[in-house]
Amino acid sequence: MVAKKTPLYDEHVKLGGKVVDYAGWYLPVQYEGLIAEHEAVRNAAGLFDVSHMGEIVVKGKDALAYLQYLLTNDISSIEDDQIIYTMMCYPDGGVVDDFLVYKYDDEEYLLVVNAANTEKDFKWMIDNKKDFNIIIENISDQIGEVAIQGPKSEEILQKLTDTDLSKIKPFHFDRKVVVSGIECMVSRTGYTGEDGFEVYSPAEGIVKIWQDLLDAGKDEGIKPTGLGCRDTLRFEAGMPLYGNEISKEITPLEGGLKFFVKLDKEEDYIGKEALNKQWNEGLKRRVAGFEVLGRGIPRSGYEVYKDGEKIGHVTTGYMSPTLKKNIGVALIKTEETELGNEIDIMIRNKPVKAVVIKRRFL
Amino acid sequence: MKVVKDLFYTEDHEWVKVDGDEAYIGLSDYAQNALGDIVYVDLPEVEDEFDKEEGFSAVESVKAAADIYMPVGGTILEINEDLFDNPELLNQDPYENWVVKIKVADKAELDELMTSEEYEKFLDEEV
Repeated sequence: MVAKKTPLYDEHVKLGGKVVDYAGWYLPVQYEGLIAEHEAVRNAAGLFDVSHMGEIVVKGKDALAYLQYLLTNDISSIEDDQIIYTMMCYPDGGVVDDFLVYKYDDEEYLLVVNAANTEKDFKWMIDNKKDFNIIIENISDQIGEVAIQGPKSEEILQKLTDTDLSKIKPFHFDRKVVVSGIECMVSRTGYTGEDGFEVYSPAEGIVKIWQDLLDAGKDEGIKPTGLGCRDTLRFEAGMPLYGNEISKEITPLEGGLKFFVKLDKEEDYIGKEALNKQWNEGLKRRVAGFEVLGRGIPRSGYEVYKDGEKIGHVTTGYMSPTLKKNIGVALIKTEETELGNEIDIMIRNKPVKAVVIKRRFL
Repeated sequence: MKVVKDLFYTEDHEWVKVDGDEAYIGLSDYAQNALGDIVYVDLPEVEDEFDKEEGFSAVESVKAAADIYMPVGGTILEINEDLFDNPELLNQDPYENWVVKIKVADKAELDELMTSEEYEKFLDEEV
């Protein structure tokens, strides 16, 4: 399959972005450099092209009942214009995908899903539609999206709109924000652990918004930021990545996301029984943070040992650009996850000492 | 991408500067650029022996880890210890900052490496 271009492709090339095929999309790993971009987001602002994300609309009389059946979190707990993070699971508790649900009203919701999972999610949703009175629509190609992230985000975005952005609280959104003369949906969300916004526009409007944001934020130090730092930022903030910390084989309970799985939700939902069973029997393995004490950088997939016995693997690891430490998340036997426990990470076939620490590193 | 004359190059983007029986080995500008911000260099020990094309060191950016291979077989004479604390030197000046100095085991192996002109052509055509 040939990778697709987002509406911002030409902008990435113009800005010197190192473009790669990511999840079927041509996107920049970095422009100026991963560490400089990472620091821009932590200290000022960064601008990400996230137009590759999938957008799926669920609407109809049974929209809420259907989502309650499909998703692990309690979708009835949010108000209009509010957002909730949730998992969508298989009957065995493995994860189909994790994403944000935007509530327009009781009869219409928007799901913003991982790009690589969009087709799979859409099919899964159709296959499990049952007799619910709803329409499911994949509108991904119609929507452009950028994320402005970092402490200066509000100040910069405010220059392009008359809407008072301070009124949009975290995990809330406004569907009628005019940005650069274009009507957009703006949410106070992101995947970096910093304050920031995600701006959804008609696909054809996103180039102007992108250019205007980079211009408007010059004095504040905004930089275009790539996929490389998107991953280091979310990792430092303790956020999971589908395929690493959760997957078809790793349940959200094992991935440390129990808060987003309502085990006692009134309604039945896909995976409820298996997840309850797994929790009641006790987790055999779960994710834990660790810091490498010896020399070397842990990478996802590296094996983890204790006293010569294999106890799991690294799900994500980096030299943390913010903390300047070699840290990671590993999926290991539950009895080894106690804070302070010493473990060995196999780095290029050599065991390197590490210690279990909290998974929210910042 | 900068290519320096009078060095030899490999298809894995190492450079070799020959000095009699000895040689310095480093990473080309193309290699450092492809890796991005280098944050860690794993170095061998002095007196370690390696065959041609054997991995003797690893260099890691935030995003990726890559092995460095011996352009020719030989024995490690010196390692560039500055790289332990300042791995970014390889980004800043990849030709000034060598990784290891070796004693070349068989000088005939040098003939199999690319000249700077050949490497430039290789970058244009193959990469």
